[in-house]
Amino acid sequence: MRTLVGIGGSDDSLRALAVALERAQDAGDEVTVAVVENPDSDLSVEEVETRVHEHLDERTLDADVRVLRGHPGSQLVDVADSEGFDRIVLGGGETSPLGKISIGSIAEFVLLNANTSVTLIR
Amino acid sequence: MSPDRLYPDDPAEAFDRPPVEFDDREGRPVTIQRYDGSEDGFESLVEMYVAFDPEDRAQGIPPTGEQQVRDWLDHILTDDCVNVVAVLEDGRRIGHATLVPDVPESRRDAGDGSEAYELAIFVLAAYQGAGIGTRLIRALLGAGQESELERVWLTVERWNHPAVALYKKVGFETSRTESFELEMSLRLR
Repeated sequence: MRTLVGIGGSDDSLRALAVALERAQDAGDEVTVAVVENPDSDLSVEEVETRVHEHLDERTLDADVRVLRGHPGSQLVDVADSEGFDRIVLGGGETSPLGKISIGSIAEFVLLNANTSVTLIR
Repeated sequence: MSPDRLYPDDPAEAFDRPPVEFDDREGRPVTIQRYDGSEDGFESLVEMYVAFDPEDRAQGIPPTGEQQVRDWLDHILTDDCVNVVAVLEDGRRIGHATLVPDVPESRRDAGDGSEAYELAIFVLAAYQGAGIGTRLIRALLGAGQESELERVWLTVERWNHPAVALYKKVGFETSRTESFELEMSLRLR
């Protein structure tokens, strides 16, 4: 299976990265990590990219890492659909002070527009 | 949540403060009071949420499973939150409304200014549609005014028209419409 992991730098996206890499390693899936520009994230694209490489080094996992500039959701959908990915993996949302889960704007766009399956990591 | 959330310019009306006693539309006597922190009060809320209809869950709350309910209640029944409950004559809790600060008191710096609070309200299915929710939210906002809170916000599923109507009736205005859930906000003072 070919998996596209979309990471914008929010806490839930970093958690999703860790889970997705572990799962891909177990299953022998081919992984591409796409770093996207999330306007709500405190981390810059470069900082997120560094984190991704740290994760990969820790696991001695080989994965294609690329930066997608521009509207994050549409960039992810475009890459997944045009390059034959089977699945997009994203963070599963943040929790509000009283514990409500809310889905981020990137996940929402991808869910509504992707032709591939989408996995949100909780 | 975004710190740049919009709030109405004008404060809402002054709400009655709990305790509030009334008969609901089915003639059942109900008291709305502040959560008292007693063991009975806690256990009765656990019982209410374990019995909660999964259909009435919103964005993952209340959680399912008794231990998850207990952990969640431990998190929102702290002293820096405002909690009111709807109680029947026999002591059973059948409704609960809460205000939870964006940043807990323990993690705030002096001079941070006033905190915004997230609102949620729950009424057991068998007691819905009898006017209890309206009394509950009004008493919660009254308790919030008593505790000198200023800003309150909430999210609601956009298809949940009865809830949206209730929030509008007490003065909430829509503050954000571009995500899955509708965000609404209110100024208490």
